[in-house]
Amino acid sequence: MVDRRTVLAAAAILLALLLPQLAAALGKPDLVTLGTQIAIYAIAAASLDLLIGYTGLSSFGHAAFFGLGGYTVGILAFHAAGDPIFGIIPGATEAWIVWPLAIAVAAVAALAIGAMSLRTAGVSFIMITLAFAEMFFFLFVSLKTYGGDDGLGFRRRNGLPYVAPRDDVAFYYVCLAALAVVLFLFGRLVHSRFGRVLQGIRQNPRRMAAIGLPTYRYKLAAFTIAGAGAGLAGALHANLLRFVSPDMLHWTLSGDFMIMVVLGGAGSLVGPVIGAAAMVLLQSWLAQWTEHWMIVLGPILVLVVLFARRGILGAIQGRGLR
Amino acid sequence: MTLLLEQMLNGLQFGVMLFLLAAGLTLVFGVMGLINLAHSSLYMIGAFAAAWAGAQGWSFPLALMAGAGAAALTGVAIEVAVLKRLYARDHMDQVLATFGMILFFNEAMAMLFGRQPLMAAVPGFLSGSVEIIPDVPYPIYRLAIIAVGVAVAGLLYVLISHTRAGMLVRAGATHRDMVRALGVDIGMLTTGVFALGAALAGLAGAMTGPLLSVQVGMGDRILITTFVVIVVGGIGSVRGALAGSLLVGMVDTLARAFLPGILKTVMATADADAIGAGLSSMAIFILMAAVLLIRPRGLFPGHG
Repeated sequence: MVDRRTVLAAAAILLALLLPQLAAALGKPDLVTLGTQIAIYAIAAASLDLLIGYTGLSSFGHAAFFGLGGYTVGILAFHAAGDPIFGIIPGATEAWIVWPLAIAVAAVAALAIGAMSLRTAGVSFIMITLAFAEMFFFLFVSLKTYGGDDGLGFRRRNGLPYVAPRDDVAFYYVCLAALAVVLFLFGRLVHSRFGRVLQGIRQNPRRMAAIGLPTYRYKLAAFTIAGAGAGLAGALHANLLRFVSPDMLHWTLSGDFMIMVVLGGAGSLVGPVIGAAAMVLLQSWLAQWTEHWMIVLGPILVLVVLFARRGILGAIQGRGLR
Repeated sequence: MTLLLEQMLNGLQFGVMLFLLAAGLTLVFGVMGLINLAHSSLYMIGAFAAAWAGAQGWSFPLALMAGAGAAALTGVAIEVAVLKRLYARDHMDQVLATFGMILFFNEAMAMLFGRQPLMAAVPGFLSGSVEIIPDVPYPIYRLAIIAVGVAVAGLLYVLISHTRAGMLVRAGATHRDMVRALGVDIGMLTTGVFALGAALAGLAGAMTGPLLSVQVGMGDRILITTFVVIVVGGIGSVRGALAGSLLVGMVDTLARAFLPGILKTVMATADADAIGAGLSSMAIFILMAAVLLIRPRGLFPGHG
C-alpha cells in the first residue's frame, strides 16, 4: 500500500503545477494570484521556520527583512527611471542584479539585528526583534523620497530571460520555482551538520555550548540565512504587486508569518508551506463572508494554540511519532 | 531653555503613561512568566470605555474608573478563560494566542464604535494651564497625569514591598512552585495580579483619551514602545519599568522636539526635517540597542 503522505504530497505538487490551467478552466484567473501569494509567503514562512522550528528562536521581526527585500526592488526601480542613487549608483530592473541584491540587503540587516538581539534569549528576544523591525518600519515611513506612508509603485516587473513581464502565469511559475529551490536548499541545510547543531541548540543550548560549539555564531548564521530567505520573498512580493509600502514591514505581518509556521507545523519543511496556504485561503475565504473576518480569525488562532499545537501537518500525520 | 523644560515635562508625562503600561506587563511576566500582547487591547478598551462613559455624561473620575474597571474585567475574563492555560507553555504559544486576541478585540471595537476616532474632552476642572515654570503656561491636565502616575508608582511600591499580598507576588515571581507548596492559592494570586495590571493599562488608556484620539488599534504602537521600555529597564522588575519608562519617555519626546532643529544647523532645512523626523522616531530603538550592548539584561534586571 502506498504511504498516505506520499499520495498527499504528489497531489499537492500536481495541483500547484496545474493551478493556472485549473484556474482558466474554472474561469477564475484570481486563483493564479492567490497561488503566487501563497508561494511567496511560503518562502518567508519556511525561512522563519528555520529559526522557530529548528533553532528554537522566536523571532517576531521577520517582516523587516521581507520589507527590506521589497524596498530594494522598489528603490532600484525608482532610480532606474530617474537619477542614480547619490548621483553615482545607477538603478536596476534586471532580476539577476536586483534579486541577489535584495537577498544581500536583507541578509546584512539580519546579521546586524541578529548580532544585537541574540545577546538575549527567550521573551526579551521576542520583544527586541519586534522593536528593531518597528524601527525599520518608521525608517521607511519617514523616507518621503520613496513615498513615505503611501509607498512606492513602479511600472514593470524585474526582467527575466524568456519571461514576459506582464504574464501573471509565468510569474506564478517563477515564484513556484523559487519556492522549490528554497525548500531544496533548506532541506539540504537542516540535514547537514550545521542543521544538526541548530536542532541541538533548540533542544539544549547549554549542552551544545558545553561540548564546545560556538552557539552564538551558529544562531547568528541561522538568523542571517532566514533574513536572506525573507528578503527573496519580499523581492518577489514587490514584483507581484509592482508596489512596495511600509505595510510590508508592519508588525502584524511578522505575526502572520509566525502564525503560518505554527498553524502549518513548526520544525518541518512542508509545514510552513501548508500554513501559508491555509492562512491565505482562510483570509480570502473569511473576507468573502464578512468584512469583520478578523473577529473569526482571532479566536481560531487561540483555539489552534490551545488545542492543536502540532499544526495542520501534525493533524495530517496523525497521533503517531513526531 | 524654557522650551527645554516644557519638553522635559512632556517627556515625564509620556514616561508616566508608559510606566502604567509597563508596570502591569512586567508584573504579569515576573509572576506568571507570560508575555501578553493583548495588554494593548486592555489599554484600548480602557480608552473606549472612558470615552463612552464621558459621552454618557459621567463625571471624569467616574469615567476613569469605568475605563480601569472595564479593562480589569476583560483582563480577568481572558485570564481565566485562556491565559491560565498558557502560563506553562513556551513564549511562542503565548505570543500567538494573545496576538489572536488583539485581532479579536480590534475588530470587536470597530464593530461596536466604528473606525472613526472618538474624541474625549478634557474635564472642566482640569482644563486650562498654569505657569509652573515662570512664563511657560503648562496644561493642568498633563500635570494631573504626572500626579496620577507618581501616585500609582508610590502605591505599587507600598503594595509590593509592605503588604502580605505584595510579599506573595514577590515570592511568586522567584519561587512559584514553592509558594504553591506552602498552600497559597496561586490561581487567586495570578488572577489578582492580572486584574491589577489590566486596570493600570485601562487607566492609562482612559487618561490618554483627551490627549490623543481614541481609535481601533491605538494600543498596538504604544505596546511596542512599552516593550522597548521593558527591555531597557530589565524584564520582570517594577523598578526597571519605572527607570525604563522615564528614560524612554524623555528620549522620545526630546528627540522629536529638538533633533530636526539640531540637524538644521548642519544641513538644508528640507533634508533636516525629513531626516530628523526619521531619526527621532528611531531614537528609542537606538537607545535600546545601546543598552543591549552594555547591559544585555537591561538596567535593573529582575530575578531568574
